[in-house]
Amino acid sequence: MKISIQVNEGPYQHEASDTAYQFTKAALAAGHEIFRVFFYHDGVNNATRLAVPPQDDRNISAQWSELAKENNLDMVVCIAAAQRRGIMDPDEAKRQGLDADNIAEGFRISGLGQLIEAGIESDRLVVFGD
Amino acid sequence: MSVKKFMYVNRKAPYGTIYALESLEVVLIGAAFDQDVSLAFIGDGVYQLTKGQNTEAIGQKNFSPTYSALGDYDVNKIYVEKESLEERGLTLDDLQHLVWEDEDDDWAEKDSIRLVSRAELADVLDEQDIILSF
Repeated sequence: MKISIQVNEGPYQHEASDTAYQFTKAALAAGHEIFRVFFYHDGVNNATRLAVPPQDDRNISAQWSELAKENNLDMVVCIAAAQRRGIMDPDEAKRQGLDADNIAEGFRISGLGQLIEAGIESDRLVVFGD
Repeated sequence: MSVKKFMYVNRKAPYGTIYALESLEVVLIGAAFDQDVSLAFIGDGVYQLTKGQNTEAIGQKNFSPTYSALGDYDVNKIYVEKESLEERGLTLDDLQHLVWEDEDDDWAEKDSIRLVSRAELADVLDEQDIILSF
């Protein structure tokens, strides 16, 4: 089955991103195709590479990056939600005249159309969040 | 591209969290994709459609006028759950009068809001391909 994932909550504060990650891993292991993972609302905060959790805790952003690398996942961060919350890639930071970017490996910033397209192209769109 | 039935379920009050505002942003962007779009307002979500909102004292943007533009985006199936209104002491008169123009009927102005019971809304949800819940 072709599945897309939507993550609506930020890391650590809420378990949605963890659950989405475990679900994505399990779906891939079961032979399903993940068409796209879309990060929206505070979910865009999963895409920062600057988070430094304690050493005995999981690094949620790094987990996603690793999973994306291993499985060639398309991980998209909503641009409107990202701009509000200061998640920037080098291009966007430059365009906004900012002095830094913070996006983690494997994530890309794009529009909400990517979410709608994921809904159209996938057999299932699974939403994680409140 | 195939046409799917997209349902946006709005469950949260308009302020307090950003879900309502960012849901509206998805709806407006999604309207460009020519899909079969419906919106549902349930629970505290019904407050999103109330008229006369004034956000001055909380220092946030009042985005409620945007709902009246939905008709221009061909978003004209707006389901409001009757029980959710009643539980909050609200009636349809407390909500904005949302309309759309039917080009197949000489651009007649028609109501976008459909007041449905919880049971009826369950049937509507059952018919959808994609449910985005905010």
